[in-house]
Amino acid sequence: MQFLINGVEVEADVDVRTSVLDLVRDHLGLPGAKKGCNQGACGACTVLVDGERINSCLALAVQYQGRSITTIEGLGSSESLHPLQQAFVEHDGFQCGYCTPGQICSAVGMAAEVERGVPSYVTVDLQAEVIELDHDELRERMSGNLCRCGAYNGIVDAIHETFGGQGASRTARAVGKETAR
Amino acid sequence: MTPFLYERAADGRAALSSGARAGASFLGGGTNLVDLMRETIARPTLLVDVTGLFREIEDHGEGGLKVGAGAKNTAVASDSRVRQRFPLLSQAILAGASAQIRNMATVGGNVLQRTRCAYFYDHAARCNKRKPGAGCDAIGGFNRAHAILGASPSCVATHPSDMCVALVALDATVSVEGGNGARELPLADLHRLPGETPEIETELRHGELITAVTLRPNAFAARSSYRKVRDRASYAFALVSVAAALELDGNRIKDARLALGGVAHKPWRAHAAEAALRGRAASEAAFAEAAEAELSSAEGLRHNAFKIDLAKRVIVDSFVKLASKEELRR
Repeated sequence: MQFLINGVEVEADVDVRTSVLDLVRDHLGLPGAKKGCNQGACGACTVLVDGERINSCLALAVQYQGRSITTIEGLGSSESLHPLQQAFVEHDGFQCGYCTPGQICSAVGMAAEVERGVPSYVTVDLQAEVIELDHDELRERMSGNLCRCGAYNGIVDAIHETFGGQGASRTARAVGKETAR
Repeated sequence: MTPFLYERAADGRAALSSGARAGASFLGGGTNLVDLMRETIARPTLLVDVTGLFREIEDHGEGGLKVGAGAKNTAVASDSRVRQRFPLLSQAILAGASAQIRNMATVGGNVLQRTRCAYFYDHAARCNKRKPGAGCDAIGGFNRAHAILGASPSCVATHPSDMCVALVALDATVSVEGGNGARELPLADLHRLPGETPEIETELRHGELITAVTLRPNAFAARSSYRKVRDRASYAFALVSVAAALELDGNRIKDARLALGGVAHKPWRAHAAEAALRGRAASEAAFAEAAEAELSSAEGLRHNAFKIDLAKRVIVDSFVKLASKEELRR
């Protein structure tokens, strides 16, 4: 099976039962995405596929052949943090850190959704073409990522600083380019 | 997960041919099926991946839409025509699951997700759905989330889809293809009540594939709402959800639509309430009578009897706000 993982073409010979999460963690040595619940309830396994966020634990790798998959390792490194990673550090957006890679991949996917005008359950005007990423929108849109340490306030602040308000569109575009690298 | 063969269907014909084989299951986004396979509750021997097929959302007649069964939930909720003509559907889809799951899940897969409860997943518990004839541990167990309408001594699980609640309220039909040709049926007739065979959840025959959901034009876009009450503010199944729509002529109710989620084995179209409303003047009393009419046959279990009053109150509040066009705060 062939995949484009963090911009690199990868060939992997795995059983059809292998999830995208097990593919990157166990077969490709990319342990950033985490196995929390392994049933789509916690979001710790969130990765981006062609720029869209998904739960990699529920995704059979065989179904995602040929797709471009971005994990946290593809967004930033310890030498060169992604702006959102830096914001998580500055805003105390984690305690144990287990949910953090999923939170960050999810937020990057979310910013692209806002940029595309995808509404949410709390979007008051469904006809609106521009959606402002305010506090309620942000929390609703990130509800697929749980944090058992309860670092939500820091997480919200970090995401808001990076993608919120007026800067949302610009930053999302910049990140989109980076992700497509 | 038990071993299986995987096949990506190149087109509809290939999908039907492979899907007809014994042990075959169609694979959409996998958000329910893969989970059930991991728990060895679902054990298909062949997965026929249909995610590349039937993805278009097309205009249908004057003001209608034909939504391909392979369209992702996010794509449907975001579609400008859906938002404009059928905002109830957008709202309902966005009330369901998480953004990650909506990005994966297809329309067909959302319709065909299993009606389920925690006991269905628990191999240590008895469940007639998982093992026909075994009994039901939910009835005497922890049943806060369970059904109050149309349940049976065999099963009290609820169908968790939000999208389907809006679709049955909107009189959606589903296009089905199979070895014996194509047919079209109302979505409201697709899912079954549990009766004595809760393991059989739909009228689909083995190998039949949903290819599209069709929405016909209506006059409800100006007054419709999807309200979902749950144990946390987001990303949880409904305790009760209410898809409501009104068409008013002055203060007279020309037509009304009501469907409930979280209360039954299938998305529950509230015909009794609708009949009680048609032709009447819009008033809180009329809405309360309609809610009473619909819930008159409701039966609570030990932990979920609160749902009966909850459903009535959310119905009344939804209609009152729709009649006055007061802003709904979801």
